Amino acid sequence: MSERELGDRDAGPGRPLDRRRGVAGWVDPRGRRLGGWAFILNRVTGIGIVVYLYLHLGVLSLLARGPEAWDAFIAVALSPLFLFFDVVLLAGLLIHGLNGIRVTLTGFGLVLDAQKALFVALMILAAIVLLVGAIRLVEVG
Amino acid sequence: MSGLDGGARASSRAPSASSVEQQSAPARLRVYRHKPGAAAAPRFEIYEVPASAGATVLDALLWIRRHRDPGLMVRHSCLHASCGTCGMRIAGREALACVTSLAELGPGEVTVEPLANLPLVGDLVVDMEPSYARLRAIGRPLVRESELRPEGRPAEGIPGPTRFEDCIECGLCLSACPIVATDPRYLGPAGLAAAWRSVEEPRGGAVGRVLALADDEQGVWRCHTAWECTEACPSNVDPAGSIMRLRRAIVLAPRPKQ
Repeated sequence: MSERELGDRDAGPGRPLDRRRGVAGWVDPRGRRLGGWAFILNRVTGIGIVVYLYLHLGVLSLLARGPEAWDAFIAVALSPLFLFFDVVLLAGLLIHGLNGIRVTLTGFGLVLDAQKALFVALMILAAIVLLVGAIRLVEVG
Repeated sequence: MSGLDGGARASSRAPSASSVEQQSAPARLRVYRHKPGAAAAPRFEIYEVPASAGATVLDALLWIRRHRDPGLMVRHSCLHASCGTCGMRIAGREALACVTSLAELGPGEVTVEPLANLPLVGDLVVDMEPSYARLRAIGRPLVRESELRPEGRPAEGIPGPTRFEDCIECGLCLSACPIVATDPRYLGPAGLAAAWRSVEEPRGGAVGRVLALADDEQGVWRCHTAWECTEACPSNVDPAGSIMRLRRAIVLAPRPKQ
């Protein structure tokens, strides 16, 4: 279907053709309801996980430089700041993964009337697992 | 200064004595102003409006037009959430101004803007054609069964009912949808909800064309399940739920043999 068919027509001189909100429409927090917050969280965590993936691949490449390079990295990885980022990563993975279950189910036309309750339940589960994981990470540190 | 006492609805009901007496603190509206083609840049103007109990945002806007600026562009008709013409963004959310109570918005400044993602005509009025085009694309508007009965026939001179049942074509869902915000070719919530009704209740008609239209990267698969359309809908059409049901129907539909 073409843009023109959808009525995105030339509205005359001096008149904006369109007033789409752009990417700001994705992340504008004003007036968001639960589903909107889930949408924002999924995008933010998704981008974060993609960035992490490339960082992770970069870190793994240290293995090719020998034991010294790897041991030096492990020393950094056990620092409090790095462990904090581990907790942030765990939060992102839990939110994205668990909300992904909700998105998958609703995408198949299932649990539509319970999608809000499902999001709340999954985020509570994420918070519990995150708390346990954060404690374990601090113990490791 | 004359008070705001529901005068906007004077044609449909007179303000009650109690509502006039119950004057509360003035409402403070921050209203988007811009007329495309005019020299003045887009801006927000602040208006203090003498609000009374029961006054709506539309009451306040029409008071501004009568007492402060007759140039303020506002569109409305039925005044009871039936025509869908007074849709706008109020305090960051899509709503019908005629049924949005100032009191429910609480104290403080209330920002009033035109609907997003639609061309601006002026101030708070947008061009609804892109919204109508999405409904036309479906090509099979449905009406309530009752409207098909003899007593529900349209008046003489009107060829037939042409509206998608329940949808008041207000465009709130298009404004609320984050995907429409970035993709002008997306069929959108109202159009896809109309498509689902055609599939859910075909009434003897073939649904293949509608499913093919919806089964497109600019159709049901473009939705990213923010559910903002369903939340914004003032008429319980549930566009997001309809899109999800449509996906299921598309996935389960028999495929033609290659």
